[in-house]
Amino acid sequence: MKQFWKSMLKSPSGVIGLVILLLAIGVAVFGPMLFPNSPWRMVQRPFLPPFTLSTVPLGTDALGRDVFAGMIFGARVSLLVGLVSTLVALVVGVPIGAMAGYFGGKVDDALMRFTEFFQTIPSFALAIVLVAILQPSIYSIVASIAVVSWPPVARLVRGEVLSLRTREYVQAAVVTGQSNAWIILREILPNALSPVIVLASLMVATAILLESSLSFLGLGDPNLISWGYMVGAGRTVIRQAWWITVFPGIAILISVLGLNLIGEGLNDALNPRLSREGR
Amino acid sequence: MPKRVLLGLLLACGLTASALAQEPKTGGVINAVIQPEPPGLMLAMVQNGPVQMVAGNIFEGLLRYSPKLEPQPELAESWSVSEDAKTYTFKLRKGVTWHDGKPFTAADVLFSVEMLKQTHARARNNLAQVDKIEAPDDYTVVFTLKQPFGPFLGIFEVGSMPMVPKHLYEGTDWKTNPYNNAPVGTGPFMFKEWQKGSFIRLVKNPNYYEKGKPYIDEIYWQIIPDAAARSVAYETGKVDVLPGGSVENFDVPRLSKLKDTCVTGAGWEFFSPLAWLWLNNRQGPLADKRVRQAIMYAIDRDFAKDVIWNGLGKVATGPSASSIKYYTADVPKYPYDPAKAKALLKEAGYKGEKIRLLPLAYGETWQRWGEAVKQNLQDVGMNIETIATDVAGGNQKIGDWDYDIAFTYLYQYGDPALGVGRNYVSSAIAKGQVFNNVEGYSNPEIDKLFADGAVATSDSKREEIYEKAQKILVEDVPVAWMLELQFPTIMRCKVKNLITTGIGVNDGFKDAWLDK
Repeated sequence: MKQFWKSMLKSPSGVIGLVILLLAIGVAVFGPMLFPNSPWRMVQRPFLPPFTLSTVPLGTDALGRDVFAGMIFGARVSLLVGLVSTLVALVVGVPIGAMAGYFGGKVDDALMRFTEFFQTIPSFALAIVLVAILQPSIYSIVASIAVVSWPPVARLVRGEVLSLRTREYVQAAVVTGQSNAWIILREILPNALSPVIVLASLMVATAILLESSLSFLGLGDPNLISWGYMVGAGRTVIRQAWWITVFPGIAILISVLGLNLIGEGLNDALNPRLSREGR
Repeated sequence: MPKRVLLGLLLACGLTASALAQEPKTGGVINAVIQPEPPGLMLAMVQNGPVQMVAGNIFEGLLRYSPKLEPQPELAESWSVSEDAKTYTFKLRKGVTWHDGKPFTAADVLFSVEMLKQTHARARNNLAQVDKIEAPDDYTVVFTLKQPFGPFLGIFEVGSMPMVPKHLYEGTDWKTNPYNNAPVGTGPFMFKEWQKGSFIRLVKNPNYYEKGKPYIDEIYWQIIPDAAARSVAYETGKVDVLPGGSVENFDVPRLSKLKDTCVTGAGWEFFSPLAWLWLNNRQGPLADKRVRQAIMYAIDRDFAKDVIWNGLGKVATGPSASSIKYYTADVPKYPYDPAKAKALLKEAGYKGEKIRLLPLAYGETWQRWGEAVKQNLQDVGMNIETIATDVAGGNQKIGDWDYDIAFTYLYQYGDPALGVGRNYVSSAIAKGQVFNNVEGYSNPEIDKLFADGAVATSDSKREEIYEKAQKILVEDVPVAWMLELQFPTIMRCKVKNLITTGIGVNDGFKDAWLDK
């Protein structure tokens, strides 16, 4: 573990990514405490440009709502959706991939055909359809993002498990009569985890983008403010009021960039071959 | 065309343009926006807003209406009413032909009325008082009513009672009739082609009965799904006419300032769209009158008008728009007063029960309005949950009475008996419909007043009845009236005479001409 942090902190992109992520999480957790008012509240005259009033530093939107407050509250929704939907995707994808890789044969065939079924549908289109059918709410958005993002996890885990399955220590465990569940959980998965972690960090970024895209199209939770909603709502007035779209857009950009940098840093740190070269 | 030759000669002779300024010029193509794409063009079968706007130039009614809602001749050239106000005799214009060349006669009127009774819900209501219709000769139609019906002369506009060609529809299955896709009417323009998702093209009817009209050669109704793209299409010159409601309100001031651009709020007098919130009177906290009154006090309607509608329109005072007959402003008032709203909620014993709000999925303006109203209501302590839905899903929920508060706007059709009463009388409560009495308000006194008002013959009597009804309704708040909407039409100034009647663009191309 110490080794991991050491190499993680050595990679500059990893450090930058971590800083950005911690900042975003800090804003999401503590920001709303600084802004007791709902971000939906109309506080000033509409279309107030940024940097004119200190109470609304980033200006107001078409209804006179504080853009800065919207970004603070939006961070919470965006990060929450990103993390939770990734978690759900992992919970679905890891067991399916592990079982397919470990048992092989018919089980593998069945599970992989099932996975491919989801992979053949364009993921964003599927997400739109799911949210539209289930009615837009935070739950349906998390669920649909999870549904479209678990298949790559399953494929990745299956590949890892397939190669680990033939290792001698696994075969030794089989010979000593350990149960399948024990072998998968204790012997194989811990060793297959590093690429999954890298993938997961990128999935969080993708999920944030997916949520933003859904909200942009008007399929966000109407009771929660999110960055994608702000960009979507401000899009039509972009020529009169650029700030309504630009600031939340920057927030999306930075947080997605941060997560990608973390992914890169994790990759460097967790890949034994690469980190050895580094030393 | 001799007239065009003459005009050309005059121009060639170097006559100044000012000498011709009042004389309509013939020729030219107009591009107009139609939003959204209509589901069909057979006006007798579908009557959505965009259908009326396009098909109103293909079909015609017996009458059209001035901005003051006085009847004017169209297919009927004159009409008379009997002493007892029960017999209406229409003399039809002679020499009118359908686009396929067959003559238009009284038989077509009789057939249209029978067909519309089955296919057109509003026409069926309007015709409920009609006892019988007869055609003594080919150019006379006589309507006999069961009892006098004050607004009867107000039901003959093209969208309310379009004339349908009997020879093409009689004995066929109306729903599958091939002429639904290539409608044949008597109007100034003929259907030419429809590229789905792109444009609808109408061409001039060369045999139109009013000689010299129409002046325009062709109309292209451009279909552009995105509001921002519609604004751009006007700016780049792709379209010349933006009918009311086709661009977002915040774009109106910007587009109005463009060079050679004329804006008018006229042409909606017949419809007078009034926006309100359906309040479900049947269940939950909203069954209490005090909660409904609290909603009226809690919502900042001036803010909605000034900010969301960019200052267009007017704060509504009650069930009638101010342009409707027998409107009175002498009703209880509901200014923006959150403190009073809170007090009323407390008095009613509201304890934070969840209230579902359905915004109208008609674009940005309505979404923003939903957000503002939600915030207003939350500020006085109401627990509001917005339900996101598309137009069809929203209609479904409203029709099933599965809502607490829902946005809508409805047309008023010039007379309280046609457009207002239907929203409040208990006989108009029926599951599955998205207009009429959706809120479930039921008050025998109101039922009686609207029943009496429809059949009262003198104006003063009707005025007295409707003023009383308005006062009772405003006190009871069956729905929360928001704004009298105004949909400005934006067009190039070279488009002349487009809006001359109370139904505006819907039948306007008959008189329109292009000043090149």
